[in-house]
Amino acid sequence: MKFPISFILGFFLSLIFLVITIISFFWVPHDVETLNIANRLKEPSFENLLGTDHFGRDIFSMIMIGGQTSLSVALIAVSLGLILGVPLGLISASLRGSLIDDIIMRGNDLIFAFPSLVIAILITAVFGPSALNAIIAIGIFNIPVFARVTRGAAISIWTLDFISSARIAGKGSFRISLEHILPNILNLLIVQGSIQFSLGILAEAGLSYVGLGVQPPAPSWGRMLADSQTMISFAPNLALFPGITIILAVLGLNLLGDGTRDLIDPRLQDKIK
Amino acid sequence: MKILKPLLTILLTVMWLSPLYAEKNSVVIGMQLEPPNLDPTGGAAAAIDEVVYSNIYEGLTRFRADGSVTPGLAKSWTISNDGLVYTFKLQENVKFHNGNNFDAFDVQFSINRARDENSTNAQKGLFKGIRSVDVVNSSVVKITLSNPNGGFIRNLAWGDAIILDPDTADSAASEPNGTGPFKFSKWIKGDRVELVKNNDYWGEAIALEKASFKFISDPTAAFAALMAGDVDAFPVYPAPETLAQFEADPNFNVIVGSTEGETILSTNNKSEKLKDVRVRKAIAHAINRQAIVDGAMFGFGTPIGTHFAPHHPDYIDLTAQSNYDPEKSKSLLSEAGVSDGLTLSLKLPPPSYARRGGEIIASQLREVGIETKIENLEWAQWLEQVFKGKDYDLTIVSHTEPMDIGIYGNPSYYFQYDSQEFRNLMNALNLETNDQERSKILKNAQKLIADDYVNGYLFQLAKTGVANSKLIGLWKNSPTQANDLTGVSWSN
Repeated sequence: MKFPISFILGFFLSLIFLVITIISFFWVPHDVETLNIANRLKEPSFENLLGTDHFGRDIFSMIMIGGQTSLSVALIAVSLGLILGVPLGLISASLRGSLIDDIIMRGNDLIFAFPSLVIAILITAVFGPSALNAIIAIGIFNIPVFARVTRGAAISIWTLDFISSARIAGKGSFRISLEHILPNILNLLIVQGSIQFSLGILAEAGLSYVGLGVQPPAPSWGRMLADSQTMISFAPNLALFPGITIILAVLGLNLLGDGTRDLIDPRLQDKIK
Repeated sequence: MKILKPLLTILLTVMWLSPLYAEKNSVVIGMQLEPPNLDPTGGAAAAIDEVVYSNIYEGLTRFRADGSVTPGLAKSWTISNDGLVYTFKLQENVKFHNGNNFDAFDVQFSINRARDENSTNAQKGLFKGIRSVDVVNSSVVKITLSNPNGGFIRNLAWGDAIILDPDTADSAASEPNGTGPFKFSKWIKGDRVELVKNNDYWGEAIALEKASFKFISDPTAAFAALMAGDVDAFPVYPAPETLAQFEADPNFNVIVGSTEGETILSTNNKSEKLKDVRVRKAIAHAINRQAIVDGAMFGFGTPIGTHFAPHHPDYIDLTAQSNYDPEKSKSLLSEAGVSDGLTLSLKLPPPSYARRGGEIIASQLREVGIETKIENLEWAQWLEQVFKGKDYDLTIVSHTEPMDIGIYGNPSYYFQYDSQEFRNLMNALNLETNDQERSKILKNAQKLIADDYVNGYLFQLAKTGVANSKLIGLWKNSPTQANDLTGVSWSN
């Protein structure tokens, strides 16, 4: 089996990101809850690998812990999209052309029609900014993505002969969807899931950047960027490193998704777009 | 067609060069907050005064850059021997911007309007002791007080005491019509307020033809606007971390002065968790002021131990009374029986002193075992939840009004400090005209609120302004909330 280069690259980037985040649950180089003002704005050194921020916190440790926020928010949000979006897509596909199909898909269009950030701002403005509300806001916009992908792929499988034979054998729509359709579109969902995951990280960073994500003092990559932007001219490391981290995490997951797609079925390439 | 191209080139060159040759006589002032309206007699927002004070509106007396009070629309005044009757002689030949004449009836109207029961004036306390305002003749007005008040002339200098034209008072919020050296031109909501020179100004002529106040809330955008020359000055510049950079740049002047802004950790004294003075004292001892000044303000600011400006002659330094002592703080907490599991809400308005200061305080409180739940609020939410709703435990805000220790006498003010002893002091202060006695009372008042640990007293906000180095005449300090442009001009 030959692994595509994008898969290898994406796999290792994602793995590094995952491992560092898991390590941060048990150990970080420096405590980030206690501020040490005297130690602020230090350049990168052996003691502080990426330097310290305006409160004297170790940037490397903050990025590590910030990974927890990104990872958990994106993971839960994507799961929310999967859990709600995939069944909706399957129902739509099995009842294609019916009123229910129309209602589900037009409902999806409706969510798609709203700019996601505006809705996220609305949600956090009404319920107050918190990690949970960020998850909900990001999660809601994952539902139509998964519903569409599922429906599109499922419909093409519904037309295949083995589905017809399953029908003749007396299986109902529910069982066919579950036993024959779902396993056949799983690879697509995995690919879409990893891409949505990377978008979730980006969205969490965006919400935190505008102050609607996790609240201080919990570190977050997006807020690290926001806090450091006025200092970029004299302490670029404050903004640079969280920025690079976001890029690498998002790039890694995208490459992983792309690579997985190539790996599983090269012929699927056109169907995913 | 052949001639078109050179013509266009010439035209464009002229267009490009012309601003360079024109003598600069306009100024763009940057402000972080946009005023909600332009009537200083009807709202508390500092941003209102920062646009209109001394520029559009004038009062009987006025603050000068050094904090002194000088005659404004009142040319001179006499005070009766018992200190009760103030007779003001008004400036003559003064016209409002709409052409109406200014006279004693306008003064009577404006002051009565401000002290009226239904008035929305944010500083009604300034007018509390007035018994009557009488017109002697069109240029003399007599104000009678019920008790002598040594600070009365100073009270009249506030932006809340400016003189309005009765004909246009109702539209003052959107179309200010004053007697000042600038006329209101237009207000592009969300962007800027423009003023133009009032050619019929009664006083000393000003140098500027035009002035704009541009509202830029984002510190990064403020930095960029200054660097790009979109604004000429930012008198209260919101990103202290970049001041060192401006200092090193010969194109800019960094103007560091003092403000009347006592930055405090406002404490809800009626909150179940904070009504015990020992808990408030513990919080005070848990705070390391210098760390906050360094971390939030990059070193700009003077630590304070009470609600009083350090540059005021009556100030007493009480910082030692609430020095940084985490051990003492811990023992006070266990004495009060809350040594474990005290969680307080900390609601922070947008300015960086609050947001950054809040994170530092949260960390310092954690050291002594107090958990805080930080919530970042926009100003509207802050006013609603904290200032009006009193739904908070702790918040950080700078009180920028001059000599505002009197707010502690109001038990329904948002920190809900209810002390008869303090109110007695304030009443005594209002009756006292002897300067030495007044000073003594003010010092006692400072001590009292420090002894009661009403709030955590952090630091006096520095006025960190940045201006084009060719712009002269801006105020260094902020004796009142104002951007007085009457003395501003461009040097060559």
